[in-house]
Amino acid sequence: MATTAPVEQIEAGEQLFRDLIARDSRIEPRDWMPEAYRKSLTRQISQHAHSEIIGMQPEANWITRAPSLKRKAILMAKVQDEAGHGLYLYSAAETLGTPRDKMTEDLIAGKARYSSIFNYPVPTWADIGAIGWLVDGAAICNQVPLCRASYGPYGRAMVRVCKEESFHQRQGFEILLELANGTPAQREMAQDAVNRWYAPSLMMFGPPDDDSPNSKQSMAWNIKRFSNDELRARFVGMMVEQVKALGLTLPDAEVRFDEETQKWEHGPLDWNEFAEVLAGRGPCNAQRMERRREAHEEGAWVREAAAAYADKQAAARAASVKAV
Amino acid sequence: MTGGSTTGDDGATAPSTGLQEKRQGWPLWEVFVRSSRGLSHVHAGSLHAPDADMAVRNARDLYTRRNEGVSLWVVPSSSIITSDPDAKEQFFESPQGKDYRHATYYTKSEGVKHL
Repeated sequence: MATTAPVEQIEAGEQLFRDLIARDSRIEPRDWMPEAYRKSLTRQISQHAHSEIIGMQPEANWITRAPSLKRKAILMAKVQDEAGHGLYLYSAAETLGTPRDKMTEDLIAGKARYSSIFNYPVPTWADIGAIGWLVDGAAICNQVPLCRASYGPYGRAMVRVCKEESFHQRQGFEILLELANGTPAQREMAQDAVNRWYAPSLMMFGPPDDDSPNSKQSMAWNIKRFSNDELRARFVGMMVEQVKALGLTLPDAEVRFDEETQKWEHGPLDWNEFAEVLAGRGPCNAQRMERRREAHEEGAWVREAAAAYADKQAAARAASVKAV
Repeated sequence: MTGGSTTGDDGATAPSTGLQEKRQGWPLWEVFVRSSRGLSHVHAGSLHAPDADMAVRNARDLYTRRNEGVSLWVVPSSSIITSDPDAKEQFFESPQGKDYRHATYYTKSEGVKHL
């Protein structure tokens, strides 16, 4: 344990940590690392895992109402992927020393955060399209650079997640495309969903750079590779092109490419709303937490039965060994 | 550093440290996937499961949702024995400076075919 190691060992570890970061190499679980690095990563990775788990809710809610068997099957596969992504990330977070059960408890007790995007309502089928296209699109934009995060297990988990995530965005795009080419009412529904999800998806990148105190340290540690605003601008540029293929529009009259900075600019975002949702006062925060708690409680018998079965099998094996 | 390995191959707790943590929850398993016949099983990640049977089933759902494998191994993380992570340098020092173990060391044969 780091606290009981001799001083010279800590110093050597610290030196190695600095060298590895300077060389843009990777830190592995058993390496010495600053407590602040461990803490910051634990927070980021576990929040990321919680987001995947909570993110299953708004979509799972639409499985029974998906418009065709094909769409139902696709949505189920996507929700299953989100569960998988949560598990990869919990595994990565665990390597930093926090047990899995502790992270689950923190989420259920409301002590841990998850992405505030999942606290917005999902009233129509077009919302499922907009979530796939905009929300998963923003997530991909954010996650691709994280594949190169300095913490090995996090980067490896992100590689796996990113590979699977591109199907999510494309299926969302297709849902919107079909609606946009459908009846006037369907088209209107698609545009309305894009209008509602545009600003929240831009806010997924986090507060503006001058109001994001942790970003600088995170970039110095090679966890984050690009600032919130850089990633947001990049995302806006991609959406500007893609929305044309949908034949829809972005609800932002101020979107433009700034020739001077060579960056995409967007209209103002409501950061007060962001703060409110983050503080737990968004439209669906209570509902999402309530559902998560229920699911945990309703699943208790499955966990107990599995544990009892495992114990029984182990006892039987022990008895047969003795008999021999 | 508490126990619990994982996605990090390096993370498996060395038994000699005696730090293996007694968790209340399900044990941790390391998952290895063989992607097709003729290839080795490769470490894919880890998961929690109450027993070996459940670990195999969970591994299928978690690591082979897209035909990534034709065979799975699950190994209790606590059974993995690692080289002492704090003695990396001494332990792997022997091959250093022994370039003659690589074909690239021998340059005089350059230009000679099939060698």
